[in-house]
Order: sequence, then structure tokens, then C-alpha cells
Amino acid sequence: MEEDFKEQVKRALSEGIRFDGRKLLDFRKLEVETGIIETAEGSSRVKLGDTEILCGIKLEVGTPYPDTPSEGTISVNAELLPLSSPEFESGPPGEEATEVARVVDRGIREAKTLDFKKLCIEEGKKAWIVNIDLCTINNAGNLIDASGIAALAALKNARMPEFDGEKVDYKKKTNKKLPLTRLPLPCTVIKIGDKFLVDPSSEEETVTEARLTVAVTEKNTLCALQKGGDYPITEKDVSSMVDIAIETTGKLREMLKEKLKE
Amino acid sequence: MIHLSEEKRIDGRAADELRPITAKAGVVPRADGSAYFKIGKTEAYAAVYGPRNLFPRFLQDPEKGILRCRYNMMPFSGMGERVRPGGSRRSKEISMVTKKALLPVLDLQDFPNAVVDVFIELSQTDAGSRCAGICAAAIALADAGLSMKDLPVAVAVGKINDRIIADLNYDEEATEGEVADIPVTVLLRTGEITLLQMDGEVTKEQLMDALKMLKKVVPKIQKAQKDALKEKFKTFVENEEAR
Repeated sequence: MEEDFKEQVKRALSEGIRFDGRKLLDFRKLEVETGIIETAEGSSRVKLGDTEILCGIKLEVGTPYPDTPSEGTISVNAELLPLSSPEFESGPPGEEATEVARVVDRGIREAKTLDFKKLCIEEGKKAWIVNIDLCTINNAGNLIDASGIAALAALKNARMPEFDGEKVDYKKKTNKKLPLTRLPLPCTVIKIGDKFLVDPSSEEETVTEARLTVAVTEKNTLCALQKGGDYPITEKDVSSMVDIAIETTGKLREMLKEKLKE
Repeated sequence: MIHLSEEKRIDGRAADELRPITAKAGVVPRADGSAYFKIGKTEAYAAVYGPRNLFPRFLQDPEKGILRCRYNMMPFSGMGERVRPGGSRRSKEISMVTKKALLPVLDLQDFPNAVVDVFIELSQTDAGSRCAGICAAAIALADAGLSMKDLPVAVAVGKINDRIIADLNYDEEATEGEVADIPVTVLLRTGEITLLQMDGEVTKEQLMDALKMLKKVVPKIQKAQKDALKEKFKTFVENEEAR
């Protein structure tokens, strides 16, 4: 059954056709809303076709790590809620949720999106921890890219709560934004047969042979990589996939600029 | 007698005034039925999957289908600090009472060995979250096409000092003084109650007065639930006709 479906998908792809009528390198319609959750310090809702994700930022004051006493940090967590797909089950985060969270984390961390030094309150004692929580409402594929966009949008939307040196007052938000310096965006390129495509639907994900997620900064440098899928890829594939990711994130960034204007 | 003073509440509402409600059906395309229910700043999503096969098999009941409910707060949905994912004693208990609130309206005899899963997720909360979750779940069960004896309606009633009020918000729950919070689920057709809990202290008369006020406000909530379903199936019918 699955083999049949895969053959159908492959045959269609060889003619440049996807099941939902898109071209191979087309993203689905992207919708971004921010500031939608009042209990969070920053929030966003991202829809990519039928895929829908909520992202909320909660800030807390913690102790800096001993090896980086003058830095705050981020913590990314993805909840693939059983609400959002018949395949997701209740329980602690599985492999897929952990991968989504870690790839998003790496994209943000390695691009130095946040100035961790500016998150320090008192060296060695107090620093802000930026909790980035991603919750899926509907999984129709490409959770990694949707999550990366949602995380960025929510970080841009966040405002620091008041902190008197002892306690955080979550009821009082200040005008202070998070120290954002870069805007990395992930793009996951899928390989099925000898074709590459972006923004896979959940059906396309089931027949994916290999995938490569590339997080790209606004300078078109790469700040995170993750190869997935059961099939190997060649050096030539890597080159093509990175080209596609750079081009796609460029377009995404233009679209987002409009949507995230404040 | 219900003591209906003219005095406004913290957020300017009258004693029996509900917070604004938004309800939508069919918000999770992957689910068999789903809904969104927002009352004031409390916002719930619910999705229904099933009846579907239940594994491991020893959980199955050959006589009838079983209902499972999960109530969960998203990590950023609390008024204060981040809510740690993974559930708590509180969420376990709420999941259980939610199941018992919904079960009496379902007829699961036709689905032996199967399960109906109800997943409730709170994206933001300002008190009344279990009730909002149940209101959303009721819409989602109907949206999933399950036969139901009634559409359950849930809301909290309670009192602040000697005043009976409906649909308490967080600031009211946290008021200094004598506060009681009584979440209730009711089946309007028969007037039966399927969920009843209370935090606080009341006299028997106050409890009965609060339940009287409940009767008055629940039809408004059920109207929002029914309108959500009608709206979804209206667009569905229109789309079918357009073909």
C-alpha cells in the first residue's frame, strides 16, 4: 500500500506535480499572527497550509551556567500534542518532538540570534532564561520550518516582565524587547527519488527518502544543519539542497518582514 | 432569594453576566471532530479522535467503547510562571472529572473494543479552564458526528463574600475574603448535573442560589456552542452545493 503510494508520488513528481497542485519549490500559504496569548511574554500563531503551531515565550530568572557566568540562555521545547494528529500520543516528548525542538534551538543559538550576555542580570548569580514552547494545533507536515518561523515571530513579539531583583511580576510587562540581533530561518528540503521539494505535506513526509534542514541567516550563511530520512545523500545533493534552502529562506524572509512589522 | 446587587464586579460585569464567548467548530483538520472555545481570556482547544481501535488489547471492553479524556495546560498558558509540561495531579484530576462530565451523554454501546479520545488543550487561562475545556469538548464530540443525548454546558458559579456570581475570573478567585468557586456541568434537556466541584465555603442556601443562577446563564453558553456547529455545517453545505 505504502509502496504503491510512493510510486504514485514519484511518478507525479517526475512530471513536476504534487498532490496539492503545488510546484516542487512552492511553500504553502504562510500566515503569521503575533501577540495572541496574553499569559505569555511573547507569542505567535503560524499556519503553513493546514499546519498550525502556537509558540509562547515565558521568561524566568535563573542561575547562569558555571561555564558561562555572564550569560542568560534559551530553552526550546516542542509539544507534538495528541490533539493535533492521530499519530501523536500522550506522554513525554518522543524522538520527533525532541528533534523539532533541538533543530529550532540550534538555529537560534548558533546564529547568536539573542545576545546571551544582555540576558545576564548579575554575573554568576542571576540571568534571564528564555523558554520557547512550541505547541502543535494541527500537523499537516513540515513542523520544523513552521516551528522555526513561529519561534522567531514570538521572540520578536516578546516584552520583558518587571523584575525587582527578587521576583518577576508577570502581570507587569515592560516595553523592553529581547536583545535580538539576527533572524535565522530554517528550510527543510526533501528528497524523493531524484526530486527535491520544500514544505512537505504529511503525506509527502511518509514517502520521504532523505531530508536536509538548513537554517540560514540574513547574510545567507548557514547556522544549523540536520539530515533526516532513512536514505543517504550525496555531496551533489547537499549542494543542491543548500542552494534551494538559501533561495527559499530569502523569499520567506521577505514575506516575514512585512508580517512582523510592528 | 438570589441577592442581585447593582454593584459592578472587578471587571465591570453584573453578577450573572458571563464574559464574552467565542466558539468555533472544526479547527483541527486532522481530527475527527474539534472545537475552539474562548470565554474572557480563557481559551481552550478540543479534538476528538475515534471511535478508533484501542491498544493494548487488555484495555478494550467487549461490551462497549470507552472514553478517554486528557486536559492539559500549554506551558505558556498560566498567569504566572511557565507551567512545566508532563501533567500534574491537578491535570490528572481534571481529566478524570471531565470524562465523567461527558460520558453520560454518549452512547458507546455500538463501539465495542473501541476508544474515543478527547484531547483538551488550554492555550491561555484566566480561571474557569476546566469548564471552557468541557464546552469545547462537547462541540468537538458533536462535530465528530457521535450520537449524543445532549450538548453538555459547563461554567463556574460561586460567591464573593455574600454575593452570588457567575463565571468567576482569576482576580475574583484571588479576592481577599470569602470566595467560593463551583464549576458545574449541566445537561439542559433534563437539568441533570454531570460535574460538580467546589473550592471555598458556602451555606446550603448559597449553593442552591448559585445553582439557580447557573440555570439562568447556561442557555447563553449552549447557544454559542450550537451556533459554532451550525456555522461550520453551513459552510460545509454551501461548499457541497457549490460543487
